[in-house]
Amino acid sequence: MKRYSAFAIAREALRHHSGWDRAWAAPAPKKRYDVIIVGAGGHGLATAYYLGKNHGITNVAVLEKGWLGGGNTGRNTTIIRSNYLQDSSSAIYEKARSLYETLSQDLNYNVMFSPRGVMMLAQTEHEKRGYLRTAHANALQGVETEFVGPDRVRQLCPIINIDGPRYPVLGALWQPRGGTARHDAVAWGYARACSAMGIDIIQQCEVTGVRSEGGKVTGVETSKGAIDCAKLGMVVAGHSGVLAEMAGFRLPIESVALQALVSEPIKPCMDVVVMANTVHGYMSQSDKGEMVIGGGADGYNNYTQRGSFHHIEETVRALVETFPMISRLKMLRQWGGIVDMTGDRSPILSRTPLDGCFINCGWGTGGFKAIPGSGWGFAELMATGASPLTAEFGLERFREGRFVDESVAAGVAH
Amino acid sequence: MLILTCPCCGVSAEETEFHCGGEAHLKRFGPDSSDSDFETYLFQRQNPRGVHFERWRHVNGCGKWFHAARCTQTLEIFGTYPAQTTEPPQALRDRIAEKRPGWTQESVS
Repeated sequence: MKRYSAFAIAREALRHHSGWDRAWAAPAPKKRYDVIIVGAGGHGLATAYYLGKNHGITNVAVLEKGWLGGGNTGRNTTIIRSNYLQDSSSAIYEKARSLYETLSQDLNYNVMFSPRGVMMLAQTEHEKRGYLRTAHANALQGVETEFVGPDRVRQLCPIINIDGPRYPVLGALWQPRGGTARHDAVAWGYARACSAMGIDIIQQCEVTGVRSEGGKVTGVETSKGAIDCAKLGMVVAGHSGVLAEMAGFRLPIESVALQALVSEPIKPCMDVVVMANTVHGYMSQSDKGEMVIGGGADGYNNYTQRGSFHHIEETVRALVETFPMISRLKMLRQWGGIVDMTGDRSPILSRTPLDGCFINCGWGTGGFKAIPGSGWGFAELMATGASPLTAEFGLERFREGRFVDESVAAGVAH
Repeated sequence: MLILTCPCCGVSAEETEFHCGGEAHLKRFGPDSSDSDFETYLFQRQNPRGVHFERWRHVNGCGKWFHAARCTQTLEIFGTYPAQTTEPPQALRDRIAEKRPGWTQESVS
């Protein structure tokens, strides 16, 4: 693999850009791999990358039924933050955030990480107390956050209506080192780095069955034939339940559609990410100038990558109240992704009842920000059998009642 | 936008008048049951990509709970029925089987 650099751009400019390699190879599947990862989204590719980089396991295949990064990796609102209440959550999200800081250099691929700061507005007294508590918890966890007052909020984001009639802004939980990154580039960067290590990324290869012998996984059936493996990692977000059924176990997961939308591009008007959880909406401005808007999830199980219209109305109504200046913006695109919600709104990174089969799912509405940390921890779990990052996120916690209860801590937008 | 018919008051209305209460026909286990039975009742869900039986409440109407059969892939509603039952009525099951050849009802046990 040739390295990307300023010198490479200059060199290619002189020869009509004829020397760029394909970013990743498109091999046919081999008969057998040490590890198969199902799902070539951010989490799956990051897992494969850290298996190779941290644990020296490169006889790995990443199988994808559609195209690389075509699921929720390409459907989120690209927010990165780690201001969680529970210790185990903030550990994995902070690991991810800190890896994002140097990810472009690490992968030699510009993921456009922009640590512009994330502000979560407190618009009721309860929310204010909640965020003060989170700020104290974060101080103990070593996550840099701060509770700021309304004046500072106005300074950081002048377009917010501080004295709104229904929900005046009472302050905000401010994480200056949070921000956004280019979501597709995260998948592409990991894919390119995986391919360079000799890991096979096989697209348009749907897993149709899981093969096992004596309670131990032996391989998978796919639309491109059977492939053997010693270890299997399922990293398929919303469709985890479908895959788990193939492997013969059930998950404490329900899949719902979460949607987002973007406006027409406008001149730069906000350089932070603002989340308003009381009124169900969050917004940031992309580098292209579009306002990127996310809202609540649908209230019922569904696998349609659309989302219902009245949720858009609810989200937009809330944001117009918070940012009156956007009231005449036209919306350009809307889309939905299938998110896998667990009972405690925390992810599952775990062994499964099937020996040699591991699962990474349940990221719900907040998976993108966790990609590097999730891949790091899950790769360690798969390679060595245990990881401090994933220890609290086992499947057995639902039976034992050891929840990582972020549904209270994180509010709606997560 | 889903349109549901409440079997209690007979009103047909858009989904904003209702609230979904999750999977229907969950079996609750008694005081001497095992941890894994209770885990199943509390957390394990069918989560099918296809026919799903679920509880709904007519919150902005008569306020009563009822059950609905819905496809999670196409959002088609096959029918609604009263909540005072432990399994979907045979007529509804027949209608689903007609529309979804090969469908078997594993979700209710």
